[in-house]
Amino acid sequence: MNHGTIHSSQASSTPGSSVVARPRPSFSGTTVDKVAIEERVGALAKRSIKKQAKVAGLKLTTSMIDLTTLEGKDTPGKVRALCAKARRPLASDPSIPACAAICVYPNMVPVAKEALAGSGVHIASVATAFPSGQSPLDIKLDDVRRAVDFGADEIDMVIDRGAMLSGDYAKVFDEIAATKEACGPAHLKVILETGELGTYDLVRRASEIGIAAGGDFIKTSTGKVQPAATPAVTLVMLECIRDHYLATGKKIGMKPAGGVRTAKQALHYLVIVKETLGDAWLTPDLFRFGASALLNDVLMQLEKERTGNYAASDDFSKE
Amino acid sequence: MDSANPFHASTGTAVPANATNGTSHGASVASGTSPGKPALDFGAAWEYAPAPEARDHVKIDPRYELFIGGKWQAPASGSYFPTINPSDESQLSEVAEANEADVDKAVKAARHAYEKTWSKMPGAERAKYIFRIARAMQEKARELAIVETLDGGKPIKESRDVDVPLASAHFFYHAGWADKLHYAFQGRKARPLGVAGQIIPWNFPLLMAAWKIAPALACGNTVVLKPAETTPLTALLLAKICQEAELPDGVVNIVTGAGKTGAALAGHGDVDKVAFTGSTGVGKRIQRAIAGSKKRLTLELGGKAANIVFADAPLDQAVEGVINGIYFNQGHVCCAGSRLLIEESVHDVFVAKLKDRLRTMRLGDPLDKNTDIGAINSRMQLDRIKELVASGEEEGLDRFSAPCELPSKGFWFPPTFFTGVAQTSRIAREEIFGPVLSILTFRTPDEAVEKANNTMYGLSAGVWTDKGAKIFWMAQKLRAGVIWGNTFNKLDPSSPFGGYKESGFGREGGRQGLASYVELDG
Repeated sequence: MNHGTIHSSQASSTPGSSVVARPRPSFSGTTVDKVAIEERVGALAKRSIKKQAKVAGLKLTTSMIDLTTLEGKDTPGKVRALCAKARRPLASDPSIPACAAICVYPNMVPVAKEALAGSGVHIASVATAFPSGQSPLDIKLDDVRRAVDFGADEIDMVIDRGAMLSGDYAKVFDEIAATKEACGPAHLKVILETGELGTYDLVRRASEIGIAAGGDFIKTSTGKVQPAATPAVTLVMLECIRDHYLATGKKIGMKPAGGVRTAKQALHYLVIVKETLGDAWLTPDLFRFGASALLNDVLMQLEKERTGNYAASDDFSKE
Repeated sequence: MDSANPFHASTGTAVPANATNGTSHGASVASGTSPGKPALDFGAAWEYAPAPEARDHVKIDPRYELFIGGKWQAPASGSYFPTINPSDESQLSEVAEANEADVDKAVKAARHAYEKTWSKMPGAERAKYIFRIARAMQEKARELAIVETLDGGKPIKESRDVDVPLASAHFFYHAGWADKLHYAFQGRKARPLGVAGQIIPWNFPLLMAAWKIAPALACGNTVVLKPAETTPLTALLLAKICQEAELPDGVVNIVTGAGKTGAALAGHGDVDKVAFTGSTGVGKRIQRAIAGSKKRLTLELGGKAANIVFADAPLDQAVEGVINGIYFNQGHVCCAGSRLLIEESVHDVFVAKLKDRLRTMRLGDPLDKNTDIGAINSRMQLDRIKELVASGEEEGLDRFSAPCELPSKGFWFPPTFFTGVAQTSRIAREEIFGPVLSILTFRTPDEAVEKANNTMYGLSAGVWTDKGAKIFWMAQKLRAGVIWGNTFNKLDPSSPFGGYKESGFGREGGRQGLASYVELDG
């Protein structure tokens, strides 16, 4: 890979971009070997997580879930039900923590805000013409500002994958930086949509841009594109977060989203986090799962550990 | 590369003490141990619970006899020796010690089986037996893995995922050749040699037995195998499998014992072929002992492999390759990448990454499924490792050992590396056969080749770079039997394995491996 810098001359081509004070970085030139990184996550998948480690890991997982609904058919009723589930995932077991956040479209933010008042559960809204991002920047920024005005305290943006693939890294950087500014106090998660980037090398580069441009979190996927989150792509992004931390002392968060459906998968991700970034990242402040079906599988496994038996799927509320 | 680049994992970069990621979500200030220098904390926030593989269904007999002529026979010597679990020094069983008379009996049984049945049997028929052995090994994979781990100390995840599947794969692979030898040596007739005397080491007891027995049988030879004295059990389980597969009596004979038993086997007048895997010292003694005799010889001996990492390599994956190269099986690997040659410009970054990676390694109960580093195979080997590590310290080299707590019983050594090692250091020249890596630097590809080849050994090497052409250029210049590109310690029955220089001669595996067990006409 070439160790290119992002040329600022390209920024003028971005319609509606605001002045960006953040310096654009040069790339590290870090490359990723596909075979070897997949082998590494494969080895970590063999960790055996049993008994108290499993219970602790699954409770931690619950606290890291951004419980998500991103459908055209979403309604206030559906969102309220999801919020109730996020506040108290299993009524019969108060030791199971609340989810980290609810993740919805901007129009559903006011509903979620009301339903989650006083709960400590964050409200994440997707924005920036999610999921494609194929709209003019000023519209994307307006999307962000409105979601924040509605009460979102976390914004999940999408990068311009077309710009990323065509090599217009300055555009990608500038849009993220502008979105960060539009977020105001809200926390920014930068969705790379890794399933569209094609190589781990490009995932690494997009991660570097997302972090340098001001993302508080980097996130794999919208959930609308296959493949969504994979362990290998997550490890690539965690390694980028680690290198940034070791160089600057700043801790960036990570959110795999889409495709994480089972408790076993979630524990595999936690193993990858534990053995790549260590204890400091084993917190919802720095690691999240973007998921919907995952929560019930986690609850089922927790009930199994508590009672010794598997419950029926209808024993858990479906939202 | 730009040292001010925020994406470099340079640990030397100064960090503002109040650095935060600026969110309202409690994202925290860098909290390292030394102020201003960010450090990863691999602590106890989320501990894995013990996950031991159950061993209650595995039955180890209190005593094993010799397996000669298809029967379990008490040794003429009348003596037995204990085999222990190196992770807690408890005795697992006791095993017969074969003396010269026992070895003679085993060779006679092998000769008889060779002349009466095995050499006359069509290849397709031989293949059936070998396939049967391969399948039985798969069926008993769990038992074999547990016994391998108990007797040798290696982590269960390695015996389960590497040793046993590969051993079985060797039988499958060679079974396929048994009726196709004509195609292996086109236009020439391949005849078996006769009785093979095979002596194997303690680092991969079952796998080495498979490497030796499978090609010998496929080519129509019969064998007398002597497993290592510290790890005889899985070879004896393999003998049981041969019985269950109804392999004709005497085709495979297992004689247990130490060096004297091995010497008796290699020196026996009616052995046609000697195959030895082990130390270079013993290999030389065997070569001297059989010089001038009719015996054919293959030797697979020690190594001091260079794992060469260029600055343009994918460094995080290279770290994994280096870890796997030297700490796999506690470094008890003849092809271990025991010398890291790192391009000087990325030395500091790479060493920092290695240190972080070593902090996550889990040393302990070899039967625990999460154990990365098991027990050292024997007290003798532990003493050897300690002696060489002490020599590195006396030379003033910088040592880093993973902060593992060592169990109070058994033989243990933490994963360790030395930086600042010179070509002249003992730990750069002598095979340690333990979890100890010597790190040297180079500046140019030519220098890397010169240093990599500057050893009495030549078994394996690894090259890590993003440039394909550089791998091929290096591979042409490196004098090693196996060269891995952007990977390490990958073994396959179809790929010939063997050494240059004092790492031995002859190849095992692949078509080339068959050549060591046949005589060719025309």
